[in-house]
Amino acid sequence: MNETEQKHWLVRPKTIRQLWYGGFVLLALLVLADFFVHPHASFQIDGTFGFYSWYGLLTCVGMVLFAKALGIFLKRKDTYYDDE
Amino acid sequence: MTMNDFPPGIVLILGAFLLPFVGRSARSVLILGLPLLTLGLVWSLPDGSSAIVPIFDYQLVFLRSDALSRVFATIFSIMTFAGGLYALNQKRVLELVAVFVYAGSAIGAVFSGDLISLFIFWELMALASTVVVLSVGSNLCYRVSMRYFMVHMFGGTLLLVGILAHIMDTGTAAFSAMEPNSFGTIFILAGFLINAAAPPLSAWLSDSYPEASYSGTVFLSAFTTKTAVYVLLRGFPGAEILIFIGIFMIFYGIIYALLENDMRRILAYSIVNQVGFMVTGIGIGTEMALNGVAAHAFTHIIYKALLLMSAGAVLYMTGKRKCSDLGGLFQSMPLTTICGIIGALSISSFPLTSGFISKSMIGQAAADSNLMIVWFLLLAASAGVFLHAGIKFPWFVFFQKDSGLRPPDPPWNMRLAMILFSVLCIGLGVWPEFLYNMLPYPVAYEPYTVPHVVNMLQLLMFSGFAFFLMLPLMKRTLTITLDFDWFYRRLMPTALKNAFSLIWKADHGLRHMFMVRLDMCLDFVSRRNGCISSLVSRTYPAGSMVMWVAAILAAYLVLSFFAY
Repeated sequence: MNETEQKHWLVRPKTIRQLWYGGFVLLALLVLADFFVHPHASFQIDGTFGFYSWYGLLTCVGMVLFAKALGIFLKRKDTYYDDE
Repeated sequence: MTMNDFPPGIVLILGAFLLPFVGRSARSVLILGLPLLTLGLVWSLPDGSSAIVPIFDYQLVFLRSDALSRVFATIFSIMTFAGGLYALNQKRVLELVAVFVYAGSAIGAVFSGDLISLFIFWELMALASTVVVLSVGSNLCYRVSMRYFMVHMFGGTLLLVGILAHIMDTGTAAFSAMEPNSFGTIFILAGFLINAAAPPLSAWLSDSYPEASYSGTVFLSAFTTKTAVYVLLRGFPGAEILIFIGIFMIFYGIIYALLENDMRRILAYSIVNQVGFMVTGIGIGTEMALNGVAAHAFTHIIYKALLLMSAGAVLYMTGKRKCSDLGGLFQSMPLTTICGIIGALSISSFPLTSGFISKSMIGQAAADSNLMIVWFLLLAASAGVFLHAGIKFPWFVFFQKDSGLRPPDPPWNMRLAMILFSVLCIGLGVWPEFLYNMLPYPVAYEPYTVPHVVNMLQLLMFSGFAFFLMLPLMKRTLTITLDFDWFYRRLMPTALKNAFSLIWKADHGLRHMFMVRLDMCLDFVSRRNGCISSLVSRTYPAGSMVMWVAAILAAYLVLSFFAY
């Protein structure tokens, strides 16, 4: 019995690889769903093809990068206030 | 006073003081029974104002029962029940007393029909919640609770000044909708906003909540901020400034939670984020928005308590709270993991969970009011919630790397409380009418349309994709992020310490200089005296003085004989 087999099935490299593939298929299907679903757009652009997909992805990447940049200035060791 | 006009909050406040004096099993009965009794009272109240106590020229209305106060009092009672169940094995009775007074005064505040009785319960809440943090008993918690208390006393003072000015202006203490356009109402709004964790004084929340006990934090997450949401909803619907404040809170919560390493502080920041959605909705102010805010407060209390219960279970079983020390717990804590994930999906407003049917009403209200920028920001924020709470919390606590920790699931009462709230999260998501029927205005909103479900799934799944794409950037570090509290925890104390050390130094120098000069003067005078008159200024021994006094007295005696 090698080390891989001892691991919980959910954290084996094979499962993780399958989860990634499954995730990609799911994402693709969700984008393609826009061919069949016609939302009632409130502001034009939100009715265009794939809007919710790219908007979700880009805003999240933006927020992580912004947090990262802010962290450069505001992050301190977690012992910072220990001498109070 | 009959049962029909007995303020329900009083049941919990008075009941709290029975807890230390009864045995363990009787205490458990009280902890579970009192909230249920309160819930029963809330629902037996007829609409309208009662329990009116005249004081001076004003009337204190302890019971104003309508749809809005009922929906908040209902969720507060349910929360107290589930939190009590979760805390049954809490050994510190002081904490239990404090949380019951805290919950009771929150319900009291929600039923207050006038500003004076509102203020009384408001301050009682501040006091009781401070004791919840204080009851942990460590030196750290003492300092944290004092910081917490100072901020809330400051907020309470603003509120009191505002209330007095408002009463002088209008001649009545009644608590009804206002506009922030006078001295009094602006101060009232500021006092309310401090309890809602609005900027700039928002750091009290993330500073104090993670330091309470595993069960204390669950209660803290529910009452203070949501009572603030209630009073804003009642007092300032449609106040435009709240849109700006709310949007700021939403993104502040996301950004700070993304940077955070302590699992319960992540959730504390996410409270600010969620309250931001509610504050924005109050600012929008349409019936749809206000319904959405009340509904979101209701569902938020449940899923946030559920998230903090699962985090509390991890803390209780492992004693660890940093993401960098945790991971892989799903293998030995399956129930806690599943309940944590249900809470995480609800806060992210996944279809079929409670968040989906409440938060989307606020977004819809923004669209209906043609607030385009607000709508786009709320949409980005919805994606951001999934990022910082929906995935980050469960991922770093239950999955990521294997920490090697294999704690079992927590005791039965904590498991039961988590199951109860998980069921509520999904139940409300599947049958929204149950909640919609309780809301203050009639609901004309259908959350489950095909485009809405599909669009939400697209937004959330791509947000999740962004998380795993950016995972290398999300690596946890042993850091905290400076917040506004740096000004009063670091800048002001350091500035004062430096200022005082300067003052002491100057003071010491001045005294020294003065003493040297004084010595020189005395020296100078004595030398001069020595030169001019060696007779007058000569020093005599004390003995000779006594001798001469005796001689004078003797002479006086002799003379007195001649006088007769």
